Amino acid sequence: MAERAIPVSLTRRRRRRGEQLIKVALLLCGVLSVATTLGIIGSLAFETVSFFQVVPVTTYLTGTQWGPTFTPPSFGVLPLVSATVLIAFIGIVVAFPIGLGSAIYLSEYASPRVRKVLKPALEVLAGIPTVVFGYFALTFVTPTVLERIVPGTNVFNALSAGVVIGIMIVPLVASLSEDAMRAVPFNLREAAYGMGATRRTVATRVVIPAALSGIAAGFILGLSRAIGETMIVAIAAGQIPNLTADPRAPMETMTAYIVQISLGDAPYGSIEYKTIFALGTTLFLMTLGLNVASYRFVRRFRERYE
Amino acid sequence: MNAVAVAGKAASSIATGKRAERSLRAMVFTLLLLLCMLVGFVVLTTLLVDVLQKGIGHLNREFLTNLDSRIASRAGIYPALLGSLWLMGLTAAISFPLGIGAAVYLEEFAPRNRFTAFLEVNIANLAAVPSIIYGLLGLAVFVRAMEMGRSILAGAMTLTLLILPVVIVASREALRAVPDYIRHGAYAVGATQWQTVWRQTLPAALPGTMTGMILGLSRAIGETAPLITLGALTYVNFAPTGPLDRFTAMPIQIFNWVSRPQSEYQQVAAAGIILLLAVLLTMNAVAIFLRNRYERKW
Repeated sequence: MAERAIPVSLTRRRRRRGEQLIKVALLLCGVLSVATTLGIIGSLAFETVSFFQVVPVTTYLTGTQWGPTFTPPSFGVLPLVSATVLIAFIGIVVAFPIGLGSAIYLSEYASPRVRKVLKPALEVLAGIPTVVFGYFALTFVTPTVLERIVPGTNVFNALSAGVVIGIMIVPLVASLSEDAMRAVPFNLREAAYGMGATRRTVATRVVIPAALSGIAAGFILGLSRAIGETMIVAIAAGQIPNLTADPRAPMETMTAYIVQISLGDAPYGSIEYKTIFALGTTLFLMTLGLNVASYRFVRRFRERYE
Repeated sequence: MNAVAVAGKAASSIATGKRAERSLRAMVFTLLLLLCMLVGFVVLTTLLVDVLQKGIGHLNREFLTNLDSRIASRAGIYPALLGSLWLMGLTAAISFPLGIGAAVYLEEFAPRNRFTAFLEVNIANLAAVPSIIYGLLGLAVFVRAMEMGRSILAGAMTLTLLILPVVIVASREALRAVPDYIRHGAYAVGATQWQTVWRQTLPAALPGTMTGMILGLSRAIGETAPLITLGALTYVNFAPTGPLDRFTAMPIQIFNWVSRPQSEYQQVAAAGIILLLAVLLTMNAVAIFLRNRYERKW
């Protein structure tokens, strides 16, 4: 924040004309972020309200059939939500242990030189576009890996999408957890080492408990990212709304349905057009809840060392 | 072990826990951590090798200059490549001033009050909003309300909003790294606050902000979902000539090829992915070069 320790008398105020104007322009750049948030909430709310004038909220939230384009149309969101949650769950089950293990290695075991090489390499993984991961899930993970070890796997399936999403969010989980671990003061580690502890004991008994709030925040943000992921599921999980817990089956997530409708060019004002905004609102509320939870977690459970 | 060696060891090293790690459990633990670290790299390597194997055969000059085609062997990426270049150019032009403006405000001018704190929380929250939501925002605001249609401009403005948090955070870090004695020096010779920012602080922070900008753009160039939601065409057989033209972009074109049932298109998609990754790699290399070449240590 701009609290530079400069006495007011040292800064010349309002001598040049236009300086105030520049300040206002800069303020507007900052306020644009608030406008973006309001724009998101406004545009989602507007179409969602008109969606719920057609479709009762209870039908939407409790219905088990999804088919807005069928005759007669059905608007039960449960198949899409269950697919979203199942795939995100597979994703975090893959990502959390791998990400946490990588973070422990980088923070507690790797020498500074090894770390300097490994960390950017992990960031490369984070920079791969999701459409590429989707291609990988569909054309490599499913036919070459899953069909051999998991019998009965469909061409489009939740498992491949979930596993690849997990790999995609490993860097996020790893970097957030590692930041939290590195923030643990060294004298805590040294005290443990001084008593003859191994690095494993220090990592599991000292560093992880002390960094737990940051690690939990990484877990929650990873989950939030997995829920909002679009291209991997649109490519690899299929486009059939399917209320099932079988990860080998094709299923459609909320994001994949938005993509499906967008490709079909839904006319403005049609029920399909309103439907994607209602799904957008549902998705936004789910991820917002998780993001707020992670923020709370960090603030409430952070161990303070000062 | 003789006494001298023991004494030498005690004097030269502090406890690191390494000596006690000869137990099986400790070694297994270390091995597991290494495996975790390896997973990411094994997947990355597999992905790259797989894509190269499938796509290299289709990657030739015609691929770069041809339009998309119903015949897989003639399909090219030209309209999508130009669409992506237009998008990146416009996105950079719009997000650069806005991002740096917001960063300068927050770092140099903003008073420390609740409103500023609110702005910061808000920017952090925006960074965690799923990208497809930005597509819905762009559809409702830019395409419909502002009547830009499904144009490159609407796409670029959507991507701008998407990458602004990244650009702002990186620019703020660059500004924060400029030490206060630079500012004090400028004030001492009578510069106003803005003169100080414009002539001293910003130029000193420029390499860092450029790096942040490129990282933001390399996120934008791979984004598919918001552009599809916006209604960018997936089958476009013309190259865009202006910001109000309809368009397709490289990731959208790749998605389109992946979705086609004919297996030959998988190779075309792989060729597109190689090109996309090559562009990304170049952008990252430029960012690293800028950082190493121009970044000053204070």
